[in-house]
Amino acid sequence: MLFHTTGRRLGAAAAIAVTIALVASGCSGSSDPKSTDGASSGDSDLSITFLPKNLGNPYFDTSSKGGKAAVEELKGTFAEVGPSEAAPDSQVSYIQTAAQQGVSALVISANDPTAIGSALKEAMDAGTKVVTFDSDTDPQYRDLFVNQADAEGIAKVQVDMISDQIGDEGEIAILSAAANATNQNAWIELMKKDLEANHPNIKLVETVYGDDDDQMSFDKTAALLQTYPNLKGIVAPTTVGIASAARYLSTSDKKGKVAITGLGTPNQMRDYVEDGTVTEFALWNPEDLGYLAAFAGAALVDGTITGKEGDTFTAGKLGEFTVGADNTVLLGDPFKFNKDNIADFDF
Amino acid sequence: MTTIWASAKANSRTKTYKDYAKPLWQRTLMTTESAVILGLILVVAYASIAVNNFASDITLYYLLRDITPILIIALPMTLIILTGDIDLSVASILALSSVTFGMMVQGGWPVPLAIIGTLVVGLVCGAINGFLVTVVGLPSLAVTIGTMAAFRGIAQGLLGTTAITTFPEEWTNLTSMKIGSTGIPVLSILVLVLIIVFAVIMHFTPFGRGIFAIGLSKEAAEFSGVNVQRTKMILFLLAGLLSALAGIYLTLKTSTARAENGTGLELTVIAAVLLGGVSIFGGKGAMHGVIAGVFLIGTIESALRLANVTSDVSRIIVGTLLVLSVISPSILAWIRGRRRPASTPGTQTQAFLAKS
Repeated sequence: MLFHTTGRRLGAAAAIAVTIALVASGCSGSSDPKSTDGASSGDSDLSITFLPKNLGNPYFDTSSKGGKAAVEELKGTFAEVGPSEAAPDSQVSYIQTAAQQGVSALVISANDPTAIGSALKEAMDAGTKVVTFDSDTDPQYRDLFVNQADAEGIAKVQVDMISDQIGDEGEIAILSAAANATNQNAWIELMKKDLEANHPNIKLVETVYGDDDDQMSFDKTAALLQTYPNLKGIVAPTTVGIASAARYLSTSDKKGKVAITGLGTPNQMRDYVEDGTVTEFALWNPEDLGYLAAFAGAALVDGTITGKEGDTFTAGKLGEFTVGADNTVLLGDPFKFNKDNIADFDF
Repeated sequence: MTTIWASAKANSRTKTYKDYAKPLWQRTLMTTESAVILGLILVVAYASIAVNNFASDITLYYLLRDITPILIIALPMTLIILTGDIDLSVASILALSSVTFGMMVQGGWPVPLAIIGTLVVGLVCGAINGFLVTVVGLPSLAVTIGTMAAFRGIAQGLLGTTAITTFPEEWTNLTSMKIGSTGIPVLSILVLVLIIVFAVIMHFTPFGRGIFAIGLSKEAAEFSGVNVQRTKMILFLLAGLLSALAGIYLTLKTSTARAENGTGLELTVIAAVLLGGVSIFGGKGAMHGVIAGVFLIGTIESALRLANVTSDVSRIIVGTLLVLSVISPSILAWIRGRRRPASTPGTQTQAFLAKS
């Protein structure tokens, strides 16, 4: 009986001690978010939390870098939190935490347009401004969407690049993703119109589809170059396609003679830009996107804008922006990557 | 059965346990359950002081809403673990219920009818588990590992990777309604009623005493007239029913029916039940400990998140806590066993049965 009681007492004491120790060590490690995030905190009460689709993703590391720079300019408090995996509702607990902490603005790239909706609505009810960037939710769940690029801008920059690179005349082809990809087809339609209207000497000979599959895009590139010996350029409005096409071209004897451009990421395209296979390609600048999203959040917080169409605000070095339809702000024209600037990016 | 109980609780079979019982205050305070409750109080007190924004009504609101599905499923899970069995399929039943509920609502069923239909789906899932365990006689661990995969598989087959996200607003709003200006969700009242019902069943009815008896010794329970198979069947049915209820709640709370809902929830539930002092070997536990266990895990996670501790670290902390809570009784038993053998309730019962 004696041992039994002692044992229980020991057990109880041990359980309590462990609980306290764990929680104490867990909390003391970073109970002050300001110090751990290394952000500047000034006189203002502005606090902006970035919630990317997942942490450890170079693309979002870059956008958060821009966001942090913006918040520091505004003398607010910056924090970045997020799940390790981009599952549909993995962001919910982070949204709740932001609402509990009473942050002024939450800048989020949504993993799912609806799964996080009710959490976002509650955060807005609790007084937190919600800005989506990169990937939007249903419009009712956020105050503002910062859009990286619109279809017209994406189509135009690709036509401009290819016409520059081939001297505004000759045969070109398009290497797209799947034949029924809505966004790709919209861009291709706009590109065709632009070519007809402004570049009469450029002839689009064929549009092929690589299904965003590396090998298939590679093979389609080979087929294009064989079928059209006079081909002067390929436009690939897909990051998978452009990298596969560049990989084929870099080992082919047409290297340097056929231009390849389109939408790609710097890390995929770095080698081909450095070895001269590719002159210039485009995407948006995630750093600017994060920077603009943070300024948009701050403008919502201080009441400069409410998020309705026609509102204007200034976003530091990027200048003035106007809120468009559907409570959306457009970052602007896509960003061109070439030999001169590609070293500055890592995503 | 009373005799078995007496012998299990006290160390004698010549006198009733009351003669050998410790003073009431010792019996109430010197228990694992009290340790968990004290732990919970200390964590809440510490977090209120050390973690910014913790002591607020919105924290309470989120905490109660987040742990509601865990609480609901922990109730039948406690009873099942008490009998020495386990149900690993609860989160998959939740997912399947979520999907079927979503499809019924999408198919134009009125929500109350869809709720009833979904509860039937949960009961059917529970009946399949119960049938395989009681009639076919397979171990519950093996059965529910199988049905865990099967039920979620069916859910994925029905809805694929898509989600149903349109539900009548008056129903989704129900999950976020608060009692006045407190942070307490209205639906917490329903959960409280469920807790009381289960606590009464567990601690104050012959059925509940039968559950404990099965966990201590199935054979002894059978000899004493406990219908072991029927009891187990009822428990798996209850697990199915309440998992379906949790599935409906989660679907309405997030306005999302999808096959991935509640992934990994079964482990959180089992962790909370064990942390609350229920023995994984069956026969020992109390409802107030389980409720405290659920709140303890929820509070620690909530406080760590608020303190901006990353989810990986938070998972390690909760996991360590769980492992310690599960192994500490064994370590203590081992220490006691070195000094004085045969002191666990189970062996006492067996010793008693051998002699009688």
